[in-house]
This record gives sequence, structure tokens and C-alpha cells, in this order.
Amino acid sequence: MHRLTIAVLAALMAALAVVSLSAAAQRHTRSTHRYPHRIVSLSPTVTEDLFAIGAGKQVVAVDNQSNYPKRAPRTNLSGVTPNVEAIANYHPDLVFISYDPGNFASQLRKLGIKVVNVAAASSLEQAYREILGLGRRTGHNRGAKAVVHSMRKHLAAIVRSVPKTRRHLRVYHELDTNYFSATSSTFIGSVYKLFGFRDIADGAGGTGDGYPQLSAEYIIAKSPQIIVLADTKCCGQSYASVAARPGWSTIAAVRHHRVVAADDDVASRWGPRIVQFARTVARIAKQG
Amino acid sequence: MTATAGRAEAAPRVEARGVGLRAGLVTVAFLLAALLVGLAVGPVRVGVGSILPSALSYVPFLHVHQPLDAVDRAVLWQVRAPRVALAALVGGMLAVAGASYQGVFRNPLCDPYLLGVAGGAGLGATLAIVYASAAATGSNWTVPLAAFAGAIASVVVTYALGRSAGATHMTGALVLAGVTMATFTAAVQTFVQQQHTQQLQNVYAWLLGGFTTATWRDVAICAPYVAVSSLVLVLHRRVLDVLSLGDDEAASLGVDVARARLAIVVAATLGTAAAVSVSGLIAFVGIIVPHTIRLLVSTSYRAVVPLSLVAGAGFLVVTDVVARTVLSPAELPIGVVTAFLGAPFFAIVLRTSRAAR
Repeated sequence: MHRLTIAVLAALMAALAVVSLSAAAQRHTRSTHRYPHRIVSLSPTVTEDLFAIGAGKQVVAVDNQSNYPKRAPRTNLSGVTPNVEAIANYHPDLVFISYDPGNFASQLRKLGIKVVNVAAASSLEQAYREILGLGRRTGHNRGAKAVVHSMRKHLAAIVRSVPKTRRHLRVYHELDTNYFSATSSTFIGSVYKLFGFRDIADGAGGTGDGYPQLSAEYIIAKSPQIIVLADTKCCGQSYASVAARPGWSTIAAVRHHRVVAADDDVASRWGPRIVQFARTVARIAKQG
Repeated sequence: MTATAGRAEAAPRVEARGVGLRAGLVTVAFLLAALLVGLAVGPVRVGVGSILPSALSYVPFLHVHQPLDAVDRAVLWQVRAPRVALAALVGGMLAVAGASYQGVFRNPLCDPYLLGVAGGAGLGATLAIVYASAAATGSNWTVPLAAFAGAIASVVVTYALGRSAGATHMTGALVLAGVTMATFTAAVQTFVQQQHTQQLQNVYAWLLGGFTTATWRDVAICAPYVAVSSLVLVLHRRVLDVLSLGDDEAASLGVDVARARLAIVVAATLGTAAAVSVSGLIAFVGIIVPHTIRLLVSTSYRAVVPLSLVAGAGFLVVTDVVARTVLSPAELPIGVVTAFLGAPFFAIVLRTSRAAR
């Protein structure tokens, strides 16, 4: 009996020693790294932001949808159906998410992992704030400021390059072949606002989240002067397929060939590549 | 109306009358009114008075002046009209197929998706959207074809499974096999969908069903199947009455039960698969329409089958009008409307017919 008590006590003390030692080790790693150095990004936009501001070296894993930049360490981790164990397996000290299904962030936090939810931006200004925030968290303040400055400068120049007569075009932004669109209260809508475009989806913006499904007859009757296809990759859409839709040949954008074949990914993210997107839109807006 | 329903309730099954003249006229009038409303109402205002002259202006040698400009013409005849036509075809088909399934399986809860049509079509469409993504456009054959093939394949497997249980338990075994197939195809479909979350939106939109992107081409794909299937089913309306007495009784009355059942199931399935392939999954129509006819007119399949065809067409045209106008110019998924309007309507019908009894 007595021997057993001693054994239990000894085991307890050993366990305590291990815990305190590992805690000390952790404190040690923290002190050598002021900033996170094992980042996992489960958001394609955050991945693009991190690499743009110069934090790419601190990133150990990105989710399966993070296809840009090429050098990002893409894994089979999912940001849509996330698996806590698989994420923890990368021993991250910071996890960025843009979507928190089933409150998995709180599960990660229980494991002692820091989680930051970078919500989908609904305006350019919010996107800038998020990039600056990422800079502060990762120790790349200057890089982040430079990226935001460059984005502002380039976007302003692109908008200026569009003649005043083309600043008020009616725009239809197409998300898929069922005519889901985006109003000016969304991020992509804020880019069109910069040009001065009038978003035809605003007519249906009263309800929902800014992504209404429009009626085909409404689109035809509104006759948008520029159409932006964000469904070229998902659904193979192009000028030709839009022009072939019954009744669409009457639309001004189709008649004047002002149909932008955008990259679905770039158009659905809120990162620095929006500048490229704006450049393409400007080129088409000047046409015809 | 309630008086008729009361009579029908008082003498179920033995009711020998077919389609009464009055019920037939009322149903056809409902369909015509629905078609007119469907053409006249939408997010874009097109004058009711100009619909007929505009239609007549396309008839050669009549020299009717076209009252509409190019945009209104495109809206009316290339966007709205095919949508109305497709809704009518699909609604009629789903309702008549539902009525036939309920008769052939002697189960009031049967709907046209019973034998795995929905699951198979959903899987086919998902595979096409995900793996043939570049080709899977609104103006392409891939998705409807894949949905159609998936539906037929699923029903063939269901039928083979059901048959293996032996002819004596045929109806029960078929229903169970259908449930098994539906569960299995749904599992595979969900797996494929979760592996390709980028296409989630497209898959989801298809599953919800609707006529947002309806074209005359869709109408042309669907119409032959609907025409042949509904003709076969309407011709079998008396057989369905006999089958409702039970297999043995039907056989003793000289009906080749196995063959009649196969003909009805094949016709209903082909038609449903064609409808689903162009419209996605629209629930509830196949149950609510036949039962409304039973409650209001007659329980005899001589009335239920043809009237379901006509009333189902009108019902789906009306619900589609609601789907495209309530949030205009935004769209509402039609399945939401069929259930939201259909359920209370059906509850009222159920109540009043009970009160009459």
C-alpha cells in the first residue's frame, strides 16, 4: 500500500516535470520568434495577401483552393470542410481562416492554436485594412503598407485611363450561368463603384447578402453596357456563349463586344490581384 | 366543388365516372389562365394587350403590325415564353407521373422520384457539372444528358433489385429498392460535391430546380418524352383503376398485371427523367396535384390521370410566376414556392373536403 502511494506520487511528479519543461520550451520558442513562423492559411485570399506582403516564408501550409502564388505550400487541407486534426498536424502557431463552419476555430483554440478569422471584405477599404492587419500580425508592416499603397496608386491610374464618357456604364457581373450577380454593396461592386459604373444588380439588392439571382428578362431589359463574366473557369462562359443565349443579342454590351472574360478566382477574392482585374475591365470599357 | 368532393369521399373506389365535363372545363380554364398570366407577368412590364398582336405578327400573310420593340420581343418570346412552356410541360409530367406511381404502387405517398429518379439525376448532373465543368454551360447538352442518363440508370438498377425479391412482393420490394438507390446515389453525389466545393453553387442551383435559364431548346428536348409518356399514362387510366383493387383482383379481371405495371412505370419514369433533366428537382408537385384532384373531383384514375396532367401544368406555371416576381428582379427557387404555396393550399383542400363529409 505504502509503496503504491510512493509510486503514484513519483509518477505525478514526473508528469509535472515534463509539463513544466515543455512549457519552458514553448516559452523559449516564443521568445526567439516574436512573430508567428508556422502559419497555416485556409483562405486563398489571405494566402495571396501573405505572399504579397513578404510573409510567405512564415507560411507552412495553405488550403487546397489556394492556387496562387504557385510557390505557396499547397496541401489537401480544406477551408470549407476543415479537419481540426489535419490542421493541428502542421503544428501551426497561427491559423488564418475566412469561414468558420461548425465553429471549428474554437476547437483549434482549445488546442492552444491562435486563430484569426479574416472575413470576406465587402469593400476595397476593408480589403486594405485586412492587408495592413496581416502585416502587423506577421511582422511585415512595411510590406503591407507598400502593397496597399501600390494597389491604391494603380487602381486610381487605371480608373483615370478610362475616358469620362465610359465612367457611367451599366455593368452586369455574372457569377454563374444561373445569373447570380453581385450588388455594389459587395467587394467586387466597390471596384465597379470606383469606375463610376452603375451595377444593374442593385435593382435586386433589397434582400439578401448582395448576391441576388437575377431574372434573364431583367438583364435583357436593363441592357448592361459592360458584362463581366466571373464564370469562365467554372462554367466555360465566353463572349460567344453569352451572345448565343436566346434574346441576349439585343444587349448593348453584346452588340459592342464589351464582355470581360475574367478569371473566376481573381474576381471572387479580395487580394492584390484585383488590380489586374481592374486593368482588364478598363481595357474592355474603353472598347467599342 | 365541396359537394363533388363529398360524393367522391362517400363512395371511394366504386366511383365509376371518369372526367366530368364541368371538372374538365374548369381545369382547362385554369391552365389557360395560368399560361396567360405566365406570359403577361414578369420583372419586365409587357402590356397584356400587345401579346396577341405580337404573336400574330409572326404569322405570315396576316400583316399584323408588331407592337413591341426588339427588347420586349426578346423578353417575351425568347425568355418568358419558353419558360412558361417548360414549366407547363414539367408540371404536367410530374403530376401525371405522381398520380400513376400512386396507383401502380397503391401508396398515396409515392411521388415521381420514388424509384431513384431524383438521386440518379442529381448524381448525373453533379458529375457533369464537376468533371465536364468547362463544357457544362447553360446552353449545353452535357448536364441534361447526364441527368437523364443518371435517372434512367438508377431506375434500371432499382427495378432489377426489386424484381430479385420475387413477383409476389413486387410493389413493396420496388419501393424499398427505390429508397435504397436514392440513399446510395445521394451519398455518392454528396461526396463528389464536397470534393469540389468550388462548384457547390452550381450543383446546389441545379438540385433546387427551376426555369431561370429555360430556352426553346429545353422545351424541344423535353416535349417528345412528355407527350409520349403522358399519352401512355392517360391510355392506362382504366388499368390503374383496376390495379387499385389489388393484383389478384386485377388479374382475375383479365389484366396482365406485370406487363401493365411495367408499361406504366417505364412511361412515368422516362417522362420524369426528361422533365428533371431540364428543370432540376422540383418536389411536391407530384403529390399535391393528384391528391387535390382526388379530393375535389374523383378518386377514379379515369379522372385523376388526365386532370393531374392539365392541373399540374397550370400549377407549376403559376408557381414559376411567383418565383420570378416576388423578389423581382431577383429570383426565388421554385421549390420554395411550390412548397410554401402548395402546403397551405393542400391543407385547406384537406380540411374543406373533410368538413363536407
